Amino acid sequence: MPLRIIVLAKQVPDTKNVTGEVMKPDGTVNRNALAAIFNPEDLNALEMGLELKERYGGEVIVITMGPPRAVEILKDSLCRGADRVILLSDRRFAASDTLATSYTIAQAIQTHLMPFDMVLCGRQAIDGDTAQVGPQVAEKLGIAQVTFADRVLAIEGECVRIRRDLGRAQEIVLARKPVLLTVPKSANSPRWPNARLLLKYRRARSAFEVEAEAKRQGRSVDDVVADLRKRGLFIETWGAEDINAELARVGISGSPTKVKKVENVVLAGRNLKLYSADDDGIRSLVTELVEERTFG
Amino acid sequence: MSQHGEVWVYAEVDDGAIAGVSLELLGKGRELAGILGVPLAAVILGSGTRPLAEQLIAYGADIVYSADDERLAQYTTLPFSRVLTDLIREKKPEIVLYGATPVGRDLAPRVASALKTGLTADCTDLQIGSYESAGRLYQKKLLQIRPAWGGNIIATIVSPDVLPEMATVREGVMHAPDPVEGRTGTIIDVPVVLDSECDFVRVIERHTQPRRVDLRSASIIVAGGYGMGSKENFQLVHELAAVLGGAVGASRAAVDAGFIHADHQVGQTGTTVRPKLYIACGISGAVQHRAGMEESAKIIAINTDPEAPIFQVAHYGIIGDVRDVIPRLIKAFKGKL
Ligand SMILES: Cc1cc2nc3c(=O)[nH]c(=O)nc-3n(C[C@H](O)[C@H](O)[C@H](O)COP(=O)(O)OP(=O)(O)OC[C@H]3O[C@@H](n4cnc5c(N)ncnc54)[C@H](O)[C@@H]3O)c2cc1C
Ligand SMILES: Cc1cc2nc3c(=O)[nH]c(=O)nc-3n(C[C@H](O)[C@H](O)[C@H](O)COP(=O)(O)OP(=O)(O)OC[C@H]3O[C@@H](n4cnc5c(N)ncnc54)[C@H](O)[C@@H]3O)c2cc1C
Repeated sequence: MPLRIIVLAKQVPDTKNVTGEVMKPDGTVNRNALAAIFNPEDLNALEMGLELKERYGGEVIVITMGPPRAVEILKDSLCRGADRVILLSDRRFAASDTLATSYTIAQAIQTHLMPFDMVLCGRQAIDGDTAQVGPQVAEKLGIAQVTFADRVLAIEGECVRIRRDLGRAQEIVLARKPVLLTVPKSANSPRWPNARLLLKYRRARSAFEVEAEAKRQGRSVDDVVADLRKRGLFIETWGAEDINAELARVGISGSPTKVKKVENVVLAGRNLKLYSADDDGIRSLVTELVEERTFG
Repeated sequence: MSQHGEVWVYAEVDDGAIAGVSLELLGKGRELAGILGVPLAAVILGSGTRPLAEQLIAYGADIVYSADDERLAQYTTLPFSRVLTDLIREKKPEIVLYGATPVGRDLAPRVASALKTGLTADCTDLQIGSYESAGRLYQKKLLQIRPAWGGNIIATIVSPDVLPEMATVREGVMHAPDPVEGRTGTIIDVPVVLDSECDFVRVIERHTQPRRVDLRSASIIVAGGYGMGSKENFQLVHELAAVLGGAVGASRAAVDAGFIHADHQVGQTGTTVRPKLYIACGISGAVQHRAGMEESAKIIAINTDPEAPIFQVAHYGIIGDVRDVIPRLIKAFKGKL
């Protein structure tokens, strides 16, 4: 039986490369200046999906929920070997917390992508940093979850044998399909986009891009879409109605958590006492530590 | 009677003992329950774990909900989330806190999703306070404070309209209270009702490695960074730690460079520590490192770069080369011993 594997991917600001240029004079990060990238561990999830497809046959479908420009990571996914990609994008999805995000994603899967064998997501996104979306999607779909899944050892009939890397512990578990896995970066090294696919998908477009393009070319949207579809270059774009979402459960109204305030981390700046690096300086430091009873 | 529900702490069992972070949460939970004027309860799920209930009471729980059943001998998501979700639905607590451990971060989101309630991840502080939105004032809400964006920002999150308010809390940031022997409380046995779905994941094998170092209980930590230059030079960090009777810590860059094992890493993705004395050798002081050590009582930084951010959290600084300064420090400390 060929597998249907769904990979969840998020476009994130590159919080790992906070260089001088994105620092503001007060030492805080200018969040708007960070580049938007493919969430690193979602590339590990995609790689795991592609390897499973190579081993067992089947298809890899990548879903992202985000603003229109999140389509960039979908095009990237196509160029790495994904078979089908879906953009969940609707103004009303904005400001979702993890509960609303997982509802929206699960709703898209249940409306259009049943039945499936596995859902693979990254362990954690590097912006929200919660690692909650995976388990919550699994709960919404009513399926088992295996977090920190760094290897799929085998698919044995209706079960999947999985290794979990829990830092201080390793586990081998047997999970009933369908199952959701969260994938840590230790799982694999993601492949690079393929040159032939880069060429092919250069012209792939989401519904948002088609609208802009059709206007520019003076053609009808339907016309452009039909043309792209024929060549396998149309990126499916779904909003709330397309996935039969209850509006009370998406976006800000579906999000029980609210951000009350956000502070940039600023260096504390204490009364630093400097000592010289020679024996005298170091001896007086040690004497001070003994006197204030930090040491000795 | 209080208008609020109880404050709960999920007591995680790790190798037959209560996890350190759960004891830390009982300390915080006591404080929150005091402000709300409600009892503090612990929930413990496992097999043969009922004896641990007394211990939870000694650490501050007024009530312990104990589900002791052989089917819960090993943690797996579905049965644990099922029992906990049912219990929360029945007892309606105000707040439920979990350690942000691999278990807590597997269990809590599943439970939150089933209850359609909010969950704040990996908090480093919790307070009770008010929240105003659209002209409405919410009082005595749980303010959940957490780093996000790789540690570059600190957000305060509230879940104003739903109950329970739930959060996972980072290990090592709260203080475990001292146990009080003979403290009394109520232990309530919880029936365990599972269905066939709960058998969807089975653990076939499990291996654990003991931690190489116990950074959390060390009162002195000598930590080395990428500026140590090599594994050979890193030996100086071990030597200084040995002279001081302290433990060895490290930055992630030092771990990544192969100078030392990852168990020694201090910081956001390592261990959070607050020793009496922290000596940072050749560590620049990135936010993610500081997040794990800036609460130390005294911090000494040794670095060749006077602009290194570590000096902004340090109490004492030496601008110099670690290869030169550490041997001198060893000599000076030996002279005082
Ligand atoms: C400062 C700040 C703090 C926040 N704190 C919280 C909080 O404590 N609790 C809370 O509920 N929400 C919180 N949020 C909201 C949260 O960041 C968003 O809901 C976000 O869309 C998903 O959470 P995450 O980034 O933590 O993803 P994670 O849960 O860390 O993501 C895990 C995996 O799920 C998949 N995934 C996640 N998002 C998407 C997506 N949009 N599309 C496709 N796949 C996806 C990916 O595979 C990803 O690797 C916070 C937001 C901000 C800005
Ligand atoms: C999501 C995320 C999580 C992270 N988690 C952690 C974490 O938990 N812990 C952590 O530590 N990091 C973490 N990091 C990495 C962190 O951002 C830094 O990269 C890391 O802390 C840098 O380590 P360092 O200070 O040893 O190295 P560097 O930044 O390279 O600094 C080396 C320092 O040594 C000094 N130096 C060089 N030679 C000498 C000499 N001979 N004598 C004296 N000084 C010298 C230099 O001036 C410099 O200040 C994380 C990063 C991300 C993105």
